[in-house]
Amino acid sequence: MNDYSKRSYIIILVFVLVALVFLIRLFRLQVLDSTYKQYATNNVLREVVQYPARGLIYDRNGELLVYNKTAYDLLITPREVKAFDTTLFCNLLDITREDLEAGIDKAKKYSKYKPSILVKQISPENYAVLQEQLYKFVGFHTQTRTLREYSAPAAAHALGYVGEVTQNDINKDAYYKSGDYIGVSGIEKTYEAQLRGTKGVKKNLVDVHNRIQGSYLGGSEDIPAQIGNNLTTTLDIDLQLYAEKLFKNKKGAVVAIEPSSGEVLALVSAPVYDPGLLVGRVRGANYSMLESDSLLRPLFNRALLAKYPPGSTFKTINALIGLQEQAITTNTMFTCYGKGSSPIRCTHDHGTINVVGAISGSCNPFMWNTFRSIIGRSKTSAEGFNKWRHYLLDFGLGTTLSEDFANSLKGDLPTVDYYNRIYGKGHWNALTVRSLAIGQGELGATPLQMANVAAIVANRGYYYEPHIVKAIEGDTIRSSFKTKHGVEIDAKYFEPIIEGMSRVVKGAYLIPGLEYCGKTGTIQNNHGIDHGAFEAFAPKDNPEIAIFVYVENSKWGASYAAPIAGLLIEKYLNDTIATNRQYVEKLMLNANLLDPNKIVIEDDSEE
Amino acid sequence: MIQRNNIWSNIDWITVLLYLVLVFMGWFNIYAAVYDTDHQSIFDISQRYGKQLLWIGAGVALAIIIMSIETNFYVFFSYAIYGVMVSLLLLVLLIANEVNGARSWLEIGGFKLQPSEFAKFATALALARYMSTFDFKLKNFKSLAIMALIIFTPAALILLQNDTGSALVYFSFVLVLFREGLSGLVLFLGTLVATLFILALILSKLTLILVLLGAAALIYLILNPKFSQYFKILVFFATGILLSFLLNAILGKKYELGDIIIFGSILGSLVTLVYSLIKKFKNYAIISLFFLGSVLFSISVDYTFNNILESHHQVRIKELLGLESNPYGAGYHVNQSKIAIGSGGMWGKGYLNGTQTKFNFVPEQSTDFIFCTVGEEWGFAGTFVVIALFVFFLSRLVWLAERQRSVFSRIYGYSVAIILFFHFVVNIGMTIGIMPVIGIPLPFFSYGGSSLWSFTILLFIFIRLDASRLENFRDSRNT
Ligand SMILES: [Zn+2]
Repeated sequence: MNDYSKRSYIIILVFVLVALVFLIRLFRLQVLDSTYKQYATNNVLREVVQYPARGLIYDRNGELLVYNKTAYDLLITPREVKAFDTTLFCNLLDITREDLEAGIDKAKKYSKYKPSILVKQISPENYAVLQEQLYKFVGFHTQTRTLREYSAPAAAHALGYVGEVTQNDINKDAYYKSGDYIGVSGIEKTYEAQLRGTKGVKKNLVDVHNRIQGSYLGGSEDIPAQIGNNLTTTLDIDLQLYAEKLFKNKKGAVVAIEPSSGEVLALVSAPVYDPGLLVGRVRGANYSMLESDSLLRPLFNRALLAKYPPGSTFKTINALIGLQEQAITTNTMFTCYGKGSSPIRCTHDHGTINVVGAISGSCNPFMWNTFRSIIGRSKTSAEGFNKWRHYLLDFGLGTTLSEDFANSLKGDLPTVDYYNRIYGKGHWNALTVRSLAIGQGELGATPLQMANVAAIVANRGYYYEPHIVKAIEGDTIRSSFKTKHGVEIDAKYFEPIIEGMSRVVKGAYLIPGLEYCGKTGTIQNNHGIDHGAFEAFAPKDNPEIAIFVYVENSKWGASYAAPIAGLLIEKYLNDTIATNRQYVEKLMLNANLLDPNKIVIEDDSEE
Repeated sequence: MIQRNNIWSNIDWITVLLYLVLVFMGWFNIYAAVYDTDHQSIFDISQRYGKQLLWIGAGVALAIIIMSIETNFYVFFSYAIYGVMVSLLLLVLLIANEVNGARSWLEIGGFKLQPSEFAKFATALALARYMSTFDFKLKNFKSLAIMALIIFTPAALILLQNDTGSALVYFSFVLVLFREGLSGLVLFLGTLVATLFILALILSKLTLILVLLGAAALIYLILNPKFSQYFKILVFFATGILLSFLLNAILGKKYELGDIIIFGSILGSLVTLVYSLIKKFKNYAIISLFFLGSVLFSISVDYTFNNILESHHQVRIKELLGLESNPYGAGYHVNQSKIAIGSGGMWGKGYLNGTQTKFNFVPEQSTDFIFCTVGEEWGFAGTFVVIALFVFFLSRLVWLAERQRSVFSRIYGYSVAIILFFHFVVNIGMTIGIMPVIGIPLPFFSYGGSSLWSFTILLFIFIRLDASRLENFRDSRNT
């Protein structure tokens, strides 16, 4: 002991004071300040979005049409990137050095700390090679995505395609984040909500090098992705494929409907394209290629968006209105003077005929007289026209027929106001608008609408909303699909029309052993060869299929549209083409209507 | 020889128990810090915790050996041990390979040792031996000089190894000297130097000199409120500064404002000093000297900092003083360390559930930053326990030192307590961001054979000395 032993207390006091300073500091760090906990979570948590597989799409018979394949995105976290072999990197990913540099710049602009996609949709084959080398590229990781795959290169327009979300999509629905996929057209768009499923999230723990060390809280906070609902479409893929095949080297459209349900059996817009072209990394280039084809316009869905004047196929409606309005009866006879007829000429000299003969012979003067009589029964032309127009609306013309299509047109159905503007109020009459009587003039209808007209005739006066989705797994289809829409025409008036239509069927489109009904149409084309159309349903009694075929530049409806419709009906009802009719099939398959020099038209028309 | 049998019963078992508790707490935390699911066995000697267990076993063996040796041995051979250690330090400088910028490892047949760790107990022995000699007097210049030589020879050699942290440990002996009667003035001067050091870094030269001038003006006024005297001093300083401006103008305005005022103030204080000496104003003379010393010291710190220190040291010091902050720059480690500790909350994330330490966000998580694992997995409760244990342990050592009858034992005991305290302060202070990042281990906790053994030897020599405190052994100043 010496004099300074009391200093031991000072030294112990220093120990205690330092400890107090530490404890105060620690209390602040650990207990009072919660920001460090947040930082710690940010350090170790990597939320990885789990992308669900989209729902599968089947045809009406359970054939798988659309499924998914795995692809991989390569992501970059700029802050973590260490120097790497760029040549090897570019070779592995099949990108150029410029692509790489531009991609890295873009990622840096987005965030230096958050991962963003550098290379999209790497195929499983490339991914396998890449993955072996990935350890050489610090700051890069991959995520799994699913892409669409098609079991047959068919029904591209009906199915639509999937693309990356736009800023507009993100603004409209907070579910979407940059880089997500969304249905852009067709069924993929209409049924996006059902098909997309729900994204999940996997919370991983990562170490300082961003290597995954396990799941956060044992995965208890993970939300698994919910895969999308599977859809069954109303399409019959065999019929669809056959129709697309028959439309090789042709422009036009086919819509086939099951009259008893409104289910669309086939929906073709030709020229067709392989839906697989708009998938994966090649999508952008292929899309540009398809879009830039201004001559054939393969992306244009003619079945829903083309407004064709219905032409002579419209005569059925006009005759039905005449009968219902008692402008004519089955006994009413009009005389046709062929090319000498006035005000509308006829292709043939039909003589004096009733409505059945007028339909089967597609007689223009008969239709004009009927039309004039319908309009003339009212006090004014306008009133008469409105009555006539009302029936057309009933038939679905000039209306959005169905909500089941992402994009479809109402078509053109002129109004009284329209004619008043052109001719002046009271200055027009049936004669002025006489082209309407034979389905020309200002009328425009989509193939879907005309197929529905065929279904109405087949049903003798009603239809169900045409639709393309039959069933949704875990959900119900729209109730409106089950609602019967009647037209104000008595069933009895359909019989003479159907009788006339059954007489139309002959020659190349006559199917032995099957009685069915059709109506040809030829539509004037001021820019080239006329267009041919055919409206039909089969069999005559208890119809199973109603169809509308439109073949551009095919001259007469009977030349191509009718034989193609006949083949489709035969295929759908009999499953095979009879041996003695295979020459028709061959003829249709080989016909090239895209090249004007090669078009062979037999002069075999009634119109 | 009879007493030797009593050694084991005279041991302060509480200290031994505290030692074991700290060592095993350290071991469990090392296991948690480097734990991964591939190597789950705590005895896996391919992993650090397995190795640490070997070091602990060897440490216990060392402790037993130390306890078996006669006390006199340590007294007799203290200089010899010191000599060997200094030689080893020299040897390291000559033959060791550089590891992480430092040249501090000695390899003996695949076995790596860090002589700088063992130099601590050797220095403590030598210091205790020297200070317990008859002719040692703290106020005697020769005694002070020899003492300084004993302390700073190993420190200088370690500094040459580029191991700044371990070298700084030797400054902690000042506290031992304080217990032995070193004037409080020295501590005051030390504090003043430290304050000036920090001010010199924080403030610009101009601000610094204005602050010093203000402080001086205030102290002059307090010591002598008589205005006539005070006015003269003001005139001296004003004239000095004015002259300095004039000189700068003559030389072509080469100097900055701060430099000009500093030069003028030095002139003014020199004149004041001469004036005070002539008039025999002792207080004024002392203040003038302090002022002069402070200004010169600050200038040299400023110069050293900007022209001699390497940039990474500059950044570290600046970050410590809050002059620079960059969460992804040099402060990254401290920031991650704070995140790890801070995320522990009140009760911690639970043993082996830490994420920050385990996933390598914290650097050196099993050695210098082992405290992070405690903070993260055991929360404030854990850090409180560890700090409380250390304070109790250190205080007990002081208490043990005080009960020694021999000066040698007391001084050695204090050295042990103070060395451990310095490590405790700097290491934990570093992990919670109130001390610079100086890589020194947390005693008994940090992974590493050299440090564990050196602390074990350091401690157990004292426990051995304490166990035989009632014996009479050769001590020139026995009471
Ligand atoms: Zn005719």
